[in-house]
Amino acid sequence: MSELRNILTDSVNGLFGDRVTRELLTRFDETGDDGGIWAEVEAQGLTRPLVSEENGGVGGEWRDAHVLLSAGGFHSAPVPLAETILASWLAEKAGLPVPEGMATVIDGSDGSLKVTGEGSSAKLSGAVARVPWGSKAETAVVVGVQDGGVVVGQVRLSDARGITASQNMAREPRDDVSFDGAPVRVAHLPNDLPQDVVLQYGAMVRAAQIAGAMEKVLSQTVQYANERTQFGRPLGKFQAIQQELSRMAGEAASSGVIAEAPFAALDAGQNPEWQIAAAKARTSEAAGVGATVGHQTHGAIGFTYEHSLHFATRRLWSWRSEFGGARFWARRLGNRAVDRGVDNFWADIVSG
Amino acid sequence: MGFFNFEPATLPPEAEALRPEVRAFLAEALKDKRPVDRAWNWMGHDQDFSRKVGAQGWLGMTWPTEYGGGGRTFFERYVVMEEMLAAGAPVQAHWVADRQSGPLLLRFGTEEQREFFLPQIISGEACFCIGMSEPDSGSDLAATRTKAEKVDGGWKVNGTKVWTSNAHAAHYMIGLFRTNSEDKHGGLSQFIVDMKSSGLTVSPIINLAGNHHFNQCVFEDVFVPDGRLVGSPGSGWNQVMAELSFERSGPERYLSCIQLILELLGVAAQSRDPAMVEEVGRLSAHALTLRRMSLSVAGKLQRGENPSLEASVVKDVGGVFEQSIPEIAARLVEEEPTLMGGDDFQQVLAFLTMEAPSFSLRGGTREILRGIIARGLGLR
Repeated sequence: MSELRNILTDSVNGLFGDRVTRELLTRFDETGDDGGIWAEVEAQGLTRPLVSEENGGVGGEWRDAHVLLSAGGFHSAPVPLAETILASWLAEKAGLPVPEGMATVIDGSDGSLKVTGEGSSAKLSGAVARVPWGSKAETAVVVGVQDGGVVVGQVRLSDARGITASQNMAREPRDDVSFDGAPVRVAHLPNDLPQDVVLQYGAMVRAAQIAGAMEKVLSQTVQYANERTQFGRPLGKFQAIQQELSRMAGEAASSGVIAEAPFAALDAGQNPEWQIAAAKARTSEAAGVGATVGHQTHGAIGFTYEHSLHFATRRLWSWRSEFGGARFWARRLGNRAVDRGVDNFWADIVSG
Repeated sequence: MGFFNFEPATLPPEAEALRPEVRAFLAEALKDKRPVDRAWNWMGHDQDFSRKVGAQGWLGMTWPTEYGGGGRTFFERYVVMEEMLAAGAPVQAHWVADRQSGPLLLRFGTEEQREFFLPQIISGEACFCIGMSEPDSGSDLAATRTKAEKVDGGWKVNGTKVWTSNAHAAHYMIGLFRTNSEDKHGGLSQFIVDMKSSGLTVSPIINLAGNHHFNQCVFEDVFVPDGRLVGSPGSGWNQVMAELSFERSGPERYLSCIQLILELLGVAAQSRDPAMVEEVGRLSAHALTLRRMSLSVAGKLQRGENPSLEASVVKDVGGVFEQSIPEIAARLVEEEPTLMGGDDFQQVLAFLTMEAPSFSLRGGTREILRGIIARGLGLR
């Protein structure tokens, strides 16, 4: 692991480990307040692992972003770290200014967002549902359609026509956002990015967050099983419990391994599409096992609001469906396999 | 963060460079194999094929050159192994020796044993089997009762081994015998037994499919010379644990049903049935994940680290995966599995449906593996 990655790992776990307490997450659930940790996240440069140093970033690799995203998932950090990392990267990559403050990404590449006009008179119109952190972010980096082609745009969310607040199960903002001629800075979609870049890279970051949350549920559950005594011995001494926790550990390990794959592919200069598909399909499937076994082992106390298990499990249940769920990405992989045929199946596993 | 260490591993160029060579070799060697033959996967036995593999320099690849080994990396060996499995090559005649018996002798054997046995394994001549389980000792290996008594110049073995895969075709057995009845774990020792020894009777145990993989091996005053003790008396338990981590670490622990995935893909490509297409995609995601995990274990072996915990995780998750495939195929494709007649899909489905129960038994049952994982989690 690189020096930089070690530093980032320590910073992010130090910050979230100290600050993201049950009290903070409870307050976030009730009021949406992050207790000031966003300012810390920004101050430590954690939102810009992929931005060059000349633009105020860390100038790191994708695997540096990966450790931040996993840690965010592990600690249930109630901030748009993943969205801002992606938005900052995409903006700089497209030659747009790197956004200040909270940012998000919006996929309008199916034509739901349209750009008209050129240069300083360019305008953005259209509506997109369930934008992550849409009501909190200052800036959105969007992918929309202009003259039949796909472009990247940057828009201030204060220029939106309307934002209808909504939430996922973890009470993270997932808001319906509409624009009606909002001023937008436009750039070409970089050649090496797919039109559905927001969907793909969004799935990639969610998979990393899921892997982090799986690790959290596993460690919480193991700890609980060692502490809670029934029939005169800790739960973890019962073979029935051991068998289930081992199964869950296998799912957590699988999630961790495949979630890292697309980040490594990007660092190696490869197209990450199939690793992304595998990562989101596999982690989304694992998420259900993690939440189920975690709750079963915790018994009734884990089903209460008072116990902290649900901060991670509600995120698992939400994140597995966002940016395409297990079936969506399995279909993509399956369609490729069918198109490529039996003779290429193994070669694609090996190269993917 | 993390109970396990699945460090990502990337195959170095010299390992990838082997791949086209192995594929070309397999395309020729297996050109007459039908899908149902390939479905045997690493249970397929063909000593001639193993000799050809040996002639390619693909056995004992990681072993020191002084014994005729390849002196190559675990990653190069990994590429050869995974290509063989993916193609459904009949590797069983050399698999056990190359995977665990050779490494055992390299680690614990005498110089004479290495010089005598390793070249035979490397050339694909020597087939090994593993004598561990007994009628009253399956998962509970420490309950081993087959006894080796010290006699002049060697040991006299009495007892019975069961479920011994491939004993009927093997030239040698690595047997775990009791040399001290007082000490449960510390009273076990490993020996190399010549399968032609007098007093050793091998009889088939036919599996539910009517196939002959495993055997009962009865020892009646079988003489094993001193020079065939592996390690010192009483070190058998620790050696077996080290050996099992090799046994559990390879790509064979998720690829047993690759042929059925390919058949399912073929049906899906014909029918374009959305449920089948989606399931093929799901299985790909699992296979991609397991391959990365398995490769990570190869990286551990390459670095000389102990892979036993991570190998148990891969074998457990991989076993669940490969065992699920006949169930999935039977649910999605409305064709009856067939033993006689039928098409390739139907034949492969029938064969693997009946083999699948063994996937979570051989090499350590699912329950044993999960016990090992639970220990790694700090639960026991």
